[in-house]
Amino acid sequence: MSETRNQGLIARFLAAPPDSVGKTIFVAVAVCLVASMIVSSAAVALRPVQEVNKLKDKQMNILQVAGLFEPGQNVAEAFKAFEPQVLELATGRFTDQFDAATFDDKAAASEPDLSRALSDDPAGIGRQALYRTVYLLRDEAGGIDKVILPIHGYGLWSTLYGFIAVEENGNDIFGLQFYQHGETPGLGAEVDNPRWKAMWNGKKLRDDAGELQITVAKTQPAAGPDFYVDALAGATLTSVGVDNLVRFWMGEQGYAPFLEALKAGEI
Amino acid sequence: MSQTKKELLVDPLVDNNPITLQVLGICSALAVTSSLQVAFVMALAVTFVTAFSSFFISILRNQIPSSIRIIVQMVIIASLVILVDQILKAYAFEISKTLSVFVGLIITNCIVMGRAEAFAMKNPPVASFIDGVGNGLGYGLILMLVGVIRELFGSGSLFGVIILQTVNNGGWYVPNGLLLLPPSAFFVIGLLIWAFRTWKPKQVEEREFKIQSVEAH
Repeated sequence: MSETRNQGLIARFLAAPPDSVGKTIFVAVAVCLVASMIVSSAAVALRPVQEVNKLKDKQMNILQVAGLFEPGQNVAEAFKAFEPQVLELATGRFTDQFDAATFDDKAAASEPDLSRALSDDPAGIGRQALYRTVYLLRDEAGGIDKVILPIHGYGLWSTLYGFIAVEENGNDIFGLQFYQHGETPGLGAEVDNPRWKAMWNGKKLRDDAGELQITVAKTQPAAGPDFYVDALAGATLTSVGVDNLVRFWMGEQGYAPFLEALKAGEI
Repeated sequence: MSQTKKELLVDPLVDNNPITLQVLGICSALAVTSSLQVAFVMALAVTFVTAFSSFFISILRNQIPSSIRIIVQMVIIASLVILVDQILKAYAFEISKTLSVFVGLIITNCIVMGRAEAFAMKNPPVASFIDGVGNGLGYGLILMLVGVIRELFGSGSLFGVIILQTVNNGGWYVPNGLLLLPPSAFFVIGLLIWAFRTWKPKQVEEREFKIQSVEAH
């Protein structure tokens, strides 16, 4: 019985002039409802796949910066070689306060309790988290082989996010790689150029006196070739940005306490 | 119906191309044509959205109140675009990273709105669907043409396969950096429009005004 009444309703509805007030409201509500249901169910259904992609992308970048990446390999499997740890930047020691597997670096950087506003801010990041997830790569004997440290800072148009891989002596750079940026294609985006990235390999952060000397510049500074990476041609501001952010993160406000402890063999 | 289904599909490719004749959708054509792979995915996404939005709008065309028709069209188009964006993020993550905001901007692509308003509101669903596919392909055709020129001369490759070995990687070819920047697409599209209108003089628009000729004294 209710069905016939329903059909009557639908028939009456279809016959009603489209411009009547009731129909206008009804069409608006109905279209919005159907559309929002489709959109939200797609978003919910696809989220797990998207999360996996994001994680895989990050893991792939960590593998690449550590020189372990091979095309076609099982990324999640290869990534098991790394040991994630949450580092307290100020002390340079690992902390057990958080679970490294679930610690959210992005959320921590905006959390008032877990971050601080920077007054001396050459990298242009505004707020810095007090804790960061770092990744350790151990050698067969169980000692530390390399550490992978997340870095970020402002270039010309965008914030560059990347990783730097440092050898177990806390001073030799193994590699540097950015996984997210919006620099000019062909100019600033050449930070992704394998030939430019390869120049970082074997460079040193500090000289024998312990001064931070690593520089990205057009001409070689007095400190010598071990501390110098050639700037990108035609991308002065991106190069300056990379220089600033590397020096910031490798300096006292960044990973310097940790790298010193690493050098002294205390980690 | 004035046009056959085949005409609906083929016309927008050259004779009534959305970019070169109607000069719509230029913004995204500038942004996504620096590499062919990205241009290809963008063309597919626009074709999908135009076809299905035209289809659904055409089904509803007799029920959509004219006072809110643009908003109803936008809701349908936006839902489809979000759907495409979510699918890309799930199954083509690398490409969705390069396309970034431009997938979302399909919503504002004049081609989609233009076909919904000009065709789908007045024609049956199947014809609207084909019209949408045709216009999406017409857009894609120009995107690919521009993409070939920009990627080949800008980075020396096609679909990421190296054709001209660039100096940066130890080869001989000095790439034209301008072609990787969005403004270069203006030049390329402008030249394409010139070429199309030389080939098909019917597409040349009449001048809106005449330049006064002054008699010599």
